[in-house]
Amino acid sequence: MSPELTVLACVALPLLAPALITALHRWPNPRETATLLTSGCLFLLVYSLHDDVLRGSRPAIDLAEPLPGLKIGFEVEPLGMLFALLASFLWIVTSVYSIGYLRSHHEWRQTSYYSYFAVALGSAMGIAFAGNMFTLFVFYELLTLSTYPLVTHAGDDNAREGGRMYLGYLLGTSIILLLLALVWTWSLTGTLDFRAGGILEGVVTPGVAGILLVLYIFGIGKAAVMPFHLWLPAAMVAPTPVSALLHAVAVVKAGVFTVLKVVIYIFGIDFLANIPVTQWLMYVAAATILLAAIVALRQDNLKLRLAWSTISQLSYIVMCALLVTPLGIVGGGMHIVMHGFAKITLFFCAGAILTATHKTRISELNGIGRHMPWTMAAFTVGALSMIGIPPTAGFISKWYILLGAIETREAVAAGVIIMSTLLNAAYFLPIVYVAFFRTPNDTLESMPGHNTRDTDGEAPPLVVLALTVTAAGTLALFFLPDLPLDLMLQLSGGSP
Amino acid sequence: MLISDLPVLQVVIPLAAAPVCLLLRNPRHAWACALIASWLVLAIALMLVQRVHAVGTLSYAIGAWVAPWGIEYRIDMAGALMVLVVAIIGALVMPFARRSIEHEILEKCTGLFYTCYLLCLCGLLGMVVTGDAFNLFVFLEISSLSSYVLISLGSRRRALTAAYQYLIMGTIGATFILIGVGLLYMMTGTLNMVDLSQRLPEVANTRTIMAAFAFVTVGVSIKLALFPLHQWLPNAYTDAPSVVSAFIAATATKVGVYVLLRFFFTVFGMQFSFDAMHVGEILMLLAVAGILIASLVAVFQDNVKRMLAYSSVAQIGYIILGISMASAAGVSAGMIHLFNHAMIKGALFLAIGCIFLRLGSAELRDMHGLARHMPWTMAAFVAGGLSLIGIPLTSGFISKWYLASAALSGGYWPLVVLILASSLIGLIYMWRVVEVAYFHVPGTMMHKVREAPAVMLIPTWLLIGINLYVGMDASLITDITRQGAEILIGEALQ
Repeated sequence: MSPELTVLACVALPLLAPALITALHRWPNPRETATLLTSGCLFLLVYSLHDDVLRGSRPAIDLAEPLPGLKIGFEVEPLGMLFALLASFLWIVTSVYSIGYLRSHHEWRQTSYYSYFAVALGSAMGIAFAGNMFTLFVFYELLTLSTYPLVTHAGDDNAREGGRMYLGYLLGTSIILLLLALVWTWSLTGTLDFRAGGILEGVVTPGVAGILLVLYIFGIGKAAVMPFHLWLPAAMVAPTPVSALLHAVAVVKAGVFTVLKVVIYIFGIDFLANIPVTQWLMYVAAATILLAAIVALRQDNLKLRLAWSTISQLSYIVMCALLVTPLGIVGGGMHIVMHGFAKITLFFCAGAILTATHKTRISELNGIGRHMPWTMAAFTVGALSMIGIPPTAGFISKWYILLGAIETREAVAAGVIIMSTLLNAAYFLPIVYVAFFRTPNDTLESMPGHNTRDTDGEAPPLVVLALTVTAAGTLALFFLPDLPLDLMLQLSGGSP
Repeated sequence: MLISDLPVLQVVIPLAAAPVCLLLRNPRHAWACALIASWLVLAIALMLVQRVHAVGTLSYAIGAWVAPWGIEYRIDMAGALMVLVVAIIGALVMPFARRSIEHEILEKCTGLFYTCYLLCLCGLLGMVVTGDAFNLFVFLEISSLSSYVLISLGSRRRALTAAYQYLIMGTIGATFILIGVGLLYMMTGTLNMVDLSQRLPEVANTRTIMAAFAFVTVGVSIKLALFPLHQWLPNAYTDAPSVVSAFIAATATKVGVYVLLRFFFTVFGMQFSFDAMHVGEILMLLAVAGILIASLVAVFQDNVKRMLAYSSVAQIGYIILGISMASAAGVSAGMIHLFNHAMIKGALFLAIGCIFLRLGSAELRDMHGLARHMPWTMAAFVAGGLSLIGIPLTSGFISKWYLASAALSGGYWPLVVLILASSLIGLIYMWRVVEVAYFHVPGTMMHKVREAPAVMLIPTWLLIGINLYVGMDASLITDITRQGAEILIGEALQ
């Protein structure tokens, strides 16, 4: 298969998978096999493009032209390759996890769950491989819509409220701000193509470019820069595997990925460096990092703490992008991958704890490490990576982010990174501590009606398998960061 | 010979079929007659579009009396688009109508229904194809009178009040138009639109012509339900039979907009309308008010048909907003939205028609958990709703894009923000329905509810299909509207 067709297949395969999944509605095992097969094939397809991209080729294909000059088209470049590899690999793991999780919870509507999941992944692929900003926008909106049924899967009042926030924030920002930026860019330049060096330089004044940048950064609500971040905690009403893949990887990373794309290919980093607004927005991202981390400190619900931590970590990447230096871009790209692996591990663990013990609050987790050693060991790995302690993946990306901050002499950025590292430690290490070193809260377990058998031992094997794989990945990426690093270095065109 | 007669056949076929429907005793036969007529109309409309595309503006002299003495039918690209809109909706609601009408209208009235439907179709098509100002009034009255009857056939007694209200407002509007046309005739001695446009500049500065302009503008604005002259519309759409709501919502107001375009650009000329009479500023203000207020009112409606009716008032605001910019881009954007909105609203009202067939109600409180019992209908409703909001890959997005670009290139900054922000109000009122249908627990009455029959689902989904197709590839529509807008503006500049 030619690379062009492979690109098309990468987007089409998950978008068409729901047909097969729905057809197998009555037979759960073949249905889940279909999901696993699709995700496996998708990863192989994406991986097969990887060599070509590293060699410098940019397979491209155009699909349709809804408006004259505005094409739905795909073009693979290193950053998109990286995002696609991450999302497609973690889809396989999450599918394994989902099977264990949904079956042990006896969730309803499993068929539609797997169907929408596949559509969401297809949208993520479309975002990753988008050849122009218009295509990216189309799949960006499709991702919001296809994940809405997943977020509201429970179907109760809480889910409806959370879904409202989710849809309101994401569609609101994207229609009012991002679409405005798109129309404006289009009317100024007559193109929305991604070009190295950007399309705006020489066309607009720094003032207009500043307004446009504000519209883009806040319009990409999925990047959750404050004050457009509240949808993320609200979306935690979703089942845990959804939170894990979509709100640690596909949706939020699609947001920061779009930010990076806009910075690199719409504005161009050289042009942005001369706009004063860039620095102000960087401070907004820096403030988001610290504020979200402080809020995370105060959360007792484990998933909510993870959600706030995600907001904080996403702004790392936005801040990197706005450092407008090649090293910052490398740092941002690496952080997409490294944070993705670590955060999905943490979410998997939160789900495993819920499955095995029905506990959602951190204050209930005393001594849980004795019952669930695998889960909590994986959680520890994820937590260390979030803080950035070697030998975990988080160290690598933090290293490049710091290098970028130092290179541009941004004392604020460097200071924020160090401060937030301390905050990360302050909200993750206590969980590890209580899990392993506190004695279990016996009064709780001896409560009448409490099923003590459930609290003994680990979650279902498939769940544990999935979280072990991602934890191992978090460790492995510290020793073998070559694959993402090569891609990012090719993008920035330099050596570290 | 037949090819050159297409413009008149377009009008004559439904006109001739109408009395046949009344004579046929059997409702099935009447339905078949109307079905065949409306499909023939669609076939002719398609041929007309093709011919206008190939040879340019068509002119047809009725009874071979040459204009300006005889009545001229004149179809340019803008007219061809309108003919297409009316014909598509007309042809698609007919297969839908049989089951829906059996359910909602007394059997003895069925023949009358199809007769009035064909007359209304004939009137709307006639308004579009005619090049004669008085003839336009005649067709306007044909379509209006028949639509009063159609609305009054609604199953609830309130339909009579709604029809009466529409009758009063519609008659005022028609009278205003007649007065305007009379004044024009008095000053110029002609009724042919092209002829009028050539003679008007000599007398343009007289108060009579200004009065004529005002009468025509206000009269047509009532017909197209421009805010704040929309009071008749919500009741009419809510209480009419489902098929009628779909047909009238998708076509009648749109033809009104087209008539406004014809008068502004062809008859009075752009310079007179927009520079001397400042109608652009007035329309823009009313359009903005209409978009905001009607959208907000739609949020608080508990009857889904009424909600869609207020949404229609808001969407007409978008169309008028494009026209009020008085640029080729703006007019073209308005016409794109005119086509798209006809398809969107047609689909939404048909979906509500399916729901009405099974529930016997369009109240929000009766739709709890409906999506589990009527998944295809609700999916169509959601798809139409997404298009209304303007999600990419739907036709609504194309409209929004063109409207926003036109506003940008005209330098109307606040309008761009308004256009985008108001689509979020659309999100709010569409999502109220989605939440009720998908999240609420079905009531006990729900168990008997089944999915709507295929004959009703297929037309609904065909309209949704047109929406999605235009969203994927809008080149066909944008080509037609660009040419149409250029002809209108070009005529106006001459």
